Amino acid sequence: MSTPRRIVYCNCSFARVLAPEVKTKVLEGLAASGAAFDAVPDLCEMSAKKDLALVQIAEGDVAIAACFPRAVRWLFSAAGAPLDSDRSRIFNMRSETADAVLGSLLRDDGTTTT
Amino acid sequence: MSFRVALYEGEGASPLDAANRFAILRGLLDKGYRVTCLRKGVPVAGSDSSSMVLGRFGGQLPAAISSVLFHDIDGLDAPAVVGLVDQAQSAAQLSAPGKWKPWFPVIDYSRCTNCMQCLSFCLFEVYGVSKEGKIQVQNQPNCKTECPACSRVCPEVAILFPKYRHSPINGDEVNTEDIRREAMKVDISALLGGDIYSMLRDRSAKSKSRFSKERDDERALKERQNCLAKLQQEGAIPAEVLAALPSPAEILAKAEAARARAQAAIEQNEKRTVQQS
Repeated sequence: MSTPRRIVYCNCSFARVLAPEVKTKVLEGLAASGAAFDAVPDLCEMSAKKDLALVQIAEGDVAIAACFPRAVRWLFSAAGAPLDSDRSRIFNMRSETADAVLGSLLRDDGTTTT
Repeated sequence: MSFRVALYEGEGASPLDAANRFAILRGLLDKGYRVTCLRKGVPVAGSDSSSMVLGRFGGQLPAAISSVLFHDIDGLDAPAVVGLVDQAQSAAQLSAPGKWKPWFPVIDYSRCTNCMQCLSFCLFEVYGVSKEGKIQVQNQPNCKTECPACSRVCPEVAILFPKYRHSPINGDEVNTEDIRREAMKVDISALLGGDIYSMLRDRSAKSKSRFSKERDDERALKERQNCLAKLQQEGAIPAEVLAALPSPAEILAKAEAARARAQAAIEQNEKRTVQQS
């Protein structure tokens, strides 16, 4: 059995760039799914502080629910924790629906198969 | 490492009520705490010294693992749990999260040409140069919240502000129309007095002649102010940022210092290139 991808959810706590209904629904869905996941308040803040947690996240297979993939990749890179494009998937809560993001995250985790 | 809260529902702990689990998550995230939801028997191993583990342990706390703190939250609602975490965070003398809105530029190095235009433009010393001569964002807290002006003068659309409203500065993919629009900005950047971009791109005598005219201090200041006013009219620079700008004399001094830093970096890079070839 393969190791499930780590799931990371960014709450973008310090700005209003994510639609509240989208991030709420994604977080609710993750909380109710039974999957293990990391919920971080703000990837931007972690990047600015070069938080070592980003290095841990970037080390393995990871599915990230945040904002634009280009922004997320360079935020990780700026923190000295570049994401491996083959081992990371980024889902955009600014442009995708909550159902689409949640479905993709949980499929990646192996929690659901549809 | 950020202060991390683990919400544990694995072996030895009862599951949380779904509504309470979500309310606790939301409450902790909104206060700036990082939360890991551990379930399906996932062990707590791997936690670090800045972690605390919350769970419904029914009064039977697991044996301590190194310096991880276990807390029984049986019967506590979300505000009480958040209060508990606040206390632990304060007792550990860790700085409170969320005190700063993380607004700063992020460089897309797949597009950046190291032209130093951003270094030359920014009056707040947000940018710096690495030992290897590469442009870097070095002083994020210096950046003025809601001001994306440096990204607007970047000729390569290589500067992102992930929390900005509009594409492509927000990190959305760059399309051909964006590139066309950025090419037109060369003229705007030429108005700023720190004309590093055109110096790099066009070393012809004509260009050099134009550049020397534009280095006139008074003209550069006037045009920089005009450009800032124009960006403000477009809603690109908030009034409070403009209000916080230094005096005209200070702007001139800062602009000159930034231009000198950019020029020094370019010359250093050129020297390095010559040595390597």
